[in-house]
Amino acid sequence: MSGTLKNLTLKIWRQSGPNDSGRFDTHVIDEITDEASFLEMLDILNERLVESGEDAVVFDHDCREGICGTCSLMINGQAHGPERATATCQLHMRKFSSGDTIVIEPWRASAFPIVRDLMVDRSAFDRIVESGGFITAATGGAPDANLTPIPKPVADAAMDAAQCIGCGACVAACPNGAANLFTGAKVTHLNLLPQGQAERYQRVENMVETMDDHFGSCTNHGECEAACPKEISIDVIALMNADYRKAKTINRKSLSRA
Amino acid sequence: MRRRMRRRLRPGTSFSSMSQTMQRGPVTGTAVKKTPSRKPFLLDLYGTAVGKKYVMAITGIIGILFIIGHMVGNLKAYIGVVEHNGEMVYDLDVYAEFLRELLVPIVPHGYALWGLRLGLIAALALHLHAAYSLTVINRRARPVRYQGARDYQVANFASRSMRWTGILVVVFIAWHLADLTWGWLNPDFEYGAVYRNLDASLSRLPVAVLYIAANIALGIHLFHGVWSLFQSMGWNNPRFNRWRRSIATGIATAVVVGNVSFPIMVLAGVIQHPAV
Repeated sequence: MSGTLKNLTLKIWRQSGPNDSGRFDTHVIDEITDEASFLEMLDILNERLVESGEDAVVFDHDCREGICGTCSLMINGQAHGPERATATCQLHMRKFSSGDTIVIEPWRASAFPIVRDLMVDRSAFDRIVESGGFITAATGGAPDANLTPIPKPVADAAMDAAQCIGCGACVAACPNGAANLFTGAKVTHLNLLPQGQAERYQRVENMVETMDDHFGSCTNHGECEAACPKEISIDVIALMNADYRKAKTINRKSLSRA
Repeated sequence: MRRRMRRRLRPGTSFSSMSQTMQRGPVTGTAVKKTPSRKPFLLDLYGTAVGKKYVMAITGIIGILFIIGHMVGNLKAYIGVVEHNGEMVYDLDVYAEFLRELLVPIVPHGYALWGLRLGLIAALALHLHAAYSLTVINRRARPVRYQGARDYQVANFASRSMRWTGILVVVFIAWHLADLTWGWLNPDFEYGAVYRNLDASLSRLPVAVLYIAANIALGIHLFHGVWSLFQSMGWNNPRFNRWRRSIATGIATAVVVGNVSFPIMVLAGVIQHPAV
């Protein structure tokens, strides 16, 4: 059952560079099938813009199957648009109706400077991961499968956190521009597993403090959880908060510093 | 010997050629990253946003305990007159004197109460400072706001208005102290006559409305604050997570119902000096 949407008004943020003040440009899509994805709709618009000699709208996208975390877009005031638990690439035009006005903005946070139009630089996330989002593992021959026993619920919880694709929707949706859900997910997925125990407390300390250099603070609105395309729970924030406190007080740490 | 070496290592001499072999550029950023020098433990912890949230939570707990104690203590206004040491006095006034007598004779009269007060003042000051600095951090994290309207999914009125309800409560606390502790704003104030002062102040309709409004703001603040402190402290456990929202709603409701009852009951004549 496919249908056609008519007369969509797009208000798209255009900004020629990081230092440009930017503005909304209005484009009208006369007709589009509701089977088109949101990004395909932008592709079609861009083809039209290029043909008429205008600059195409710059936006991030890559896998278009919801696993790479490249696409972004604040659509009608919601990160990744109105569809729950999906990234923008898996949002389809059937979520909208004819005659709608759709406002499209980039992620806004001082840690995510706008490169151009709807594209932002999310490398602040890389700084957080660099500071602790790894484990020390022996290299060499591949270890036997299941060499390290992990209880199933623990493996599940770690996998839930590891689903994070680093898209930045949590920061974009957060009224405070905080990255606690992202950092919490990265901290949790390693801190729950036996392989992550060696650096557990240095990890959370370093990652939280790196996060502090770039992002706002968490006031527990829960908007990040609602916006997350992977439905990562704010439980990971609580685990990060608890582990950070332990990291600051644990005796083992003061020994290691000597 | 030493002097000769110094002379040879003066700037512009062979020192520069030596330094080339000694100072290599960093291989990677992480390889040469120095551990930042640590401040004293508590300051170090308070230096991060997560640490400031612990302070918000702990000082919040102190405030909640006070507010519940304050409300429960005030409920003694409903007991009215009791016989105390052979005299007929208001139970509320007896309770007020009991607070000053707390821990006597371990500490002199009034000292324990002042200890509690100083603790509350410190907690309030820290709560305000942490709130202020976190707000500054958050404003800096998004200097350019969204130009289109935001469509919030789960953030509620309470969580979005924490700063405003908080400011309202602080202003009210100042007014409340000037009214019933210092007596500056009370038309008929007498030191120690708590029941009488309460009636004198809340018999004024605008003041009663102010008390009701301020306590509703406090309830809204607690509705989010009590829930939020569990997350901030990392108290998250599948066994009790579903109770966190109920605890917050319960505390907020109890505080609002208890506190709002006083101005209403004064206006209704249930609390009246002289009590019949």
